[in-house]
Amino acid sequence: MNIVIAPILLPLVFLVVFVFIKNTRVGSPLAILGFGLQFILSVYLFYQILNLKIMVLQVGGWQAPFGITLVIDQLSAVMLLVSNLIAFSVAVYSISFVDKYMVASRFYAFFFSLVLGVNGAFITGDAFNLYVWFEVILLSSFVLITMGRSKDQLEGGIKYMTLNLMGSLFFLAGLGLLYGKTGTLNMAHLAQIVRVNPEAGLLNSSAVLFFIAFGIKAALFPLHFWLPASYHTPNVTVTALFAGLLTKVGVYALFRFFTLFIIHDREFWFLFLSLIAVFTMLVGGLAASIFYEMRRILSYHVISQIGYMLMGLVVFTPLGIAGGVYFMIHNMIAKTNTFLISGLVKKVNGTYDLHQTGGLLKSHPVLAVLYIIPALALAGFPPFSGFFAKFTLIKSGYEDAHYWLTSVAVLTSLLTLYSMIKIWNKAFLREAPSPNEGFSCVKLKIDELLPSAILGIGSIVLGLGAPFFIDYLSEMAVNMIHPHNYIQAVMGDLENLTLLKP
Amino acid sequence: MDVLLAILIGILYSAGAYLVLRRSVVRFIIGLVILSNATNLLIFLSGGLVEGKPAFVDESGYLVFLTDPSPQALILTAIVIGFGIVVFTLALYAKFYKVSGSDDIDDLKQTDTPEA
Repeated sequence: MNIVIAPILLPLVFLVVFVFIKNTRVGSPLAILGFGLQFILSVYLFYQILNLKIMVLQVGGWQAPFGITLVIDQLSAVMLLVSNLIAFSVAVYSISFVDKYMVASRFYAFFFSLVLGVNGAFITGDAFNLYVWFEVILLSSFVLITMGRSKDQLEGGIKYMTLNLMGSLFFLAGLGLLYGKTGTLNMAHLAQIVRVNPEAGLLNSSAVLFFIAFGIKAALFPLHFWLPASYHTPNVTVTALFAGLLTKVGVYALFRFFTLFIIHDREFWFLFLSLIAVFTMLVGGLAASIFYEMRRILSYHVISQIGYMLMGLVVFTPLGIAGGVYFMIHNMIAKTNTFLISGLVKKVNGTYDLHQTGGLLKSHPVLAVLYIIPALALAGFPPFSGFFAKFTLIKSGYEDAHYWLTSVAVLTSLLTLYSMIKIWNKAFLREAPSPNEGFSCVKLKIDELLPSAILGIGSIVLGLGAPFFIDYLSEMAVNMIHPHNYIQAVMGDLENLTLLKP
Repeated sequence: MDVLLAILIGILYSAGAYLVLRRSVVRFIIGLVILSNATNLLIFLSGGLVEGKPAFVDESGYLVFLTDPSPQALILTAIVIGFGIVVFTLALYAKFYKVSGSDDIDDLKQTDTPEA
């Protein structure tokens, strides 16, 4: 079962190689090779998980609560699959959008270390290890976001950095208190302890700290301010990568913690989370509607759609969890794709500002098709992925009598549609306001369009393959809500060890 | 000892929070350093203080009235990560100061305003 460690080892090898590579001609193909291998690996792991359901590696041979455990379960496998697909397409995209200067300052090395951290966060079974992977992600993203060194980027970088560092401190403090109370940080062991221990309510102090920490990373409503202040400053390749991977790691951690071991006090937590979900959806959607800079619109949409994922967690039925995760993978693909398209629009029209764009439907029909796929997917039109994801979520919400929450979700998808149509009208449909011939005859190369096409196919496959994915995710959701298999696979014959401290 | 350490952690947290709320970026960074040290001490304290005993676990996996080594291992990791982050923060600040010539957080408004 040593293949479990491969999603960490592979990017690590490439990270070391890329410390020594400074030129674009060798760098770009090698990076694409690396991310291609990782994608193949994640497909292989996903295929394995279809049969095995769960794979466990006790690192260094130390039995579960004492050592670090790596676990790939159904949630991890699907997250690995989608995040490595995104990393691969962004790597292809980076050929034309990352300049020599950025490659010379080790863009690809930090790209690999970011993906290393993301993969690690998805497969770890240890809460403190998750903290370490979060720090790996943070440090590489700090470097990526400030790489161009303009004043805007440094300023956005400072905001991004400070709020995320505060988040890490909250996370660490929560872990310290958790260890004091339970004597373990192994997630399966924690799950076992809270299921037999009547005093599990004492975990609330840690739970609040974790919620704040992951809330900052996932950009939930009152903690989201770093995201729109920083996401529109760096190179568009970096923004697309961040939009696809970073906030979703926070959401993944919320799903993991709040299904596995923060399961007491449900009335309080779920009322609280549903309020947060409502405001996250509405604030993101409304704020996006006043902007005319494409990347800002899309940044606020990232926030708005985090609310839907949280909604899946609030409903907490198997269908709800399945819908939340389905929405998450759909959103990672479609959101990255829209950011990639915004970079292409900028390349053709010379600006991100929707006041000055136009005429792209006539001059670049292929680009228009590539835009309309993720846009309709995000707004929730069949047969794209967003329709089935939203349908599952809304159905589960009504079945479980969350009428307010579900109504807001429906309303917010109108706001999403409005913003997507705004971009469509202003950038594609209408005539260019001031015909600047210099830009409109820019021909887009195949390697610029290819990543969008890959992700667009991803959205379509996710939509047409909905029966398969719903089956897979429903089984996953049942295993998340009743994690006996997870506990047994990780703890082995120490299954009845409930307390470490006398 | 526990009470003293708890009071110290409280003082460090409040000092850190005070510094983080200041308008100067340098003070902000010092505040972050103090907050991260307070958090390390918090792990140390909540792991349980035992004086003068070695770390030992018996065969069944139970700690028998001896020092638990893992909080210290956790803190060590956290300190190392904290070092790295402080160094990066200072480097970022130095670069920002070179570009903008300002130490005032109120000057960091450019990326928040709607359409510049």
